[in-house]
Amino acid sequence: MTGNSLYGPLDPAPDAGWTDAPPRMGFFTDTSVCIGCKACEVACKEWNLVPDDGFDLLGTSYDNTGGLSANSWRHVAFIEQRGAPHGDVLGAAAGPQFLGMPGRDLPGRDPDAPRTDFRWLMMSNVCKHCTHAGCLDVCPTGSLFRTEFGTVVVQEDICNGCGYCIPACPYGVIDQRGDDGRAWKCTLCYDRIGDGLSPACATACPTQSIQYGELSQLRERAADRVAHLHGQGVGEARLYGHDPSDGVGGDGAFFLLLDEPEVYGLPPDPIVPTRDLPAMWRRAGLAGLAMAAAVVVSFLGGRP
Amino acid sequence: MSRGSPRGGRGRGRGGDRPMVPPAEFRSYYGRPIVRPPVWHHDIAAYLFTGGLAAGSALLAAGGDATGRPALRRAGRVTALGALVASTYFLINDLGRPARFHHMLRVAKPTSPMSMGTWILSAFGAAAGVSAVAEAAPLLPGPLRRLLPPLGTAGQYGAAVLAPALATYTAVLLADTATPSWHAAYPELPLIFGGSALASGAGVGLIAAPPSEAGPARRMAVLGAAFELYGAHRVETTKGILSEPYTRGRAGRWLRAGRALTVLGVAGAVLGRRSRVVSALSGASLLAASLATRFGVFDGGVASAADPKYTVIPQRERLARRAEDGQPVRDPRAT
Repeated sequence: MTGNSLYGPLDPAPDAGWTDAPPRMGFFTDTSVCIGCKACEVACKEWNLVPDDGFDLLGTSYDNTGGLSANSWRHVAFIEQRGAPHGDVLGAAAGPQFLGMPGRDLPGRDPDAPRTDFRWLMMSNVCKHCTHAGCLDVCPTGSLFRTEFGTVVVQEDICNGCGYCIPACPYGVIDQRGDDGRAWKCTLCYDRIGDGLSPACATACPTQSIQYGELSQLRERAADRVAHLHGQGVGEARLYGHDPSDGVGGDGAFFLLLDEPEVYGLPPDPIVPTRDLPAMWRRAGLAGLAMAAAVVVSFLGGRP
Repeated sequence: MSRGSPRGGRGRGRGGDRPMVPPAEFRSYYGRPIVRPPVWHHDIAAYLFTGGLAAGSALLAAGGDATGRPALRRAGRVTALGALVASTYFLINDLGRPARFHHMLRVAKPTSPMSMGTWILSAFGAAAGVSAVAEAAPLLPGPLRRLLPPLGTAGQYGAAVLAPALATYTAVLLADTATPSWHAAYPELPLIFGGSALASGAGVGLIAAPPSEAGPARRMAVLGAAFELYGAHRVETTKGILSEPYTRGRAGRWLRAGRALTVLGVAGAVLGRRSRVVSALSGASLLAASLATRFGVFDGGVASAADPKYTVIPQRERLARRAEDGQPVRDPRAT
């Protein structure tokens, strides 16, 4: 075990024992260009044969998926906001008015149809393929494993449905499939990327909101994109999960967001539970010693 | 709907002045949970009890045998095996794929408390099983009658050595999750579970042993209850907003019932030492207390995962503290 096996910056594939591992692969999901088409959700289901997860009207904007689950490995979040921070950055003054006919220009460019302060936030969420993956750490069967690409995958022929990975994920991604009993989540299309293909969701994305590639390159591209947006006056653009010194050692799938993470259903400061595992075992050891001492005292002590 | 969520952290209800005052509101995605509540059923809460009972009984048996108290030895050995069989049932029944239970034995993985626990439980099971079967030696034919007792004694002490690990690893199992109130309680959970295990083992002794042998069980009850009550008090009062799930709803009711039954059981064990009936009732009360405490801790964790405020508010507070300390905050606008 190297120094950072439980916590801190790390290249996960070599740490897991891969020799001559290829570069770490991942996703950069740029929510500023997501149009909410859900092509990623559909492509993922089609490629991975993920079953239907019910037809529910949730009353949460255009989102009737609800969140990531055993049967949804990509999930597009929809948030409708008024009083958006950059509502008047690109357009003219806001106010209720007749919107007129649809224009051909970008919103706000046409003085007859000025931009309002309303905005959509749309984000395609996915498993983060953490550097320090809580699910993988706690899996007692070895079903979850680290691939040569640095991703985290469940082996469905090994999983016995113990369910431990599910509360261990700081993002609430992995889930048990009810009629099947096993745990399921995004594989980053392990079967495609091994053949040099892009994952199904990234391939289907029509706006390049979902970008697949070598993680180091994606991180550079994302930093450029944030700087570009800041230059355009979109000051609320920020990266999420890109930092190798964060609580999970950086995500293999990271995001560009336009609001606080919790608005999208993401934890603001996730930390892999296993970071504290050595301290937990020490506490358990102390409690065990206290138990032993209590028994010795009970049996050797005088009559009460 | 993200600003001023209707499920914002207002209205703290019970227990007015806690050290940390959460922000008046927090933001979330339609109030949906962020971390996923465990999919475990109450099988696992029941296992927390039976696993602890097996550990406490094994310690009772070893102490009883070492100090010449055959009733404690016999009751401890037999209860340990019975609780172990129940534990195995609960654990396998809770699996999504019970027929694959043996996949637990493919690996031994120090980062997985469940993997470590599987091996602890397996070793304990072998030792406790032999020691319980040895109780039947007098009924068996010649060679077995001579061979079994020494094996049973070895198994009994082996099980006693493993018992503290069996009783406390389950605390690590729950704490090593992103479930907010379980993780926050990691320093105290092993003490609660260890104390609860001792108290339940003592309960078995109080029920099974005549007053002449029950002295150690009474002392074990007092010490176990002290650990359990102290740990639970810490968890319910020092974790800021993450103490809240342990004081409310079903978890709060379980834990209050557990505390009342513990106090009742200890009082009966100490004051009723001359009466076999009062002692037995105290023992039953301690067993029920241990069960209630485990269900309370289990339900408290589940409740903390189901409401996003227990994920968002403590993490926001952590970010704010880090910003105050001058360390880089992680979701800066100027990335």
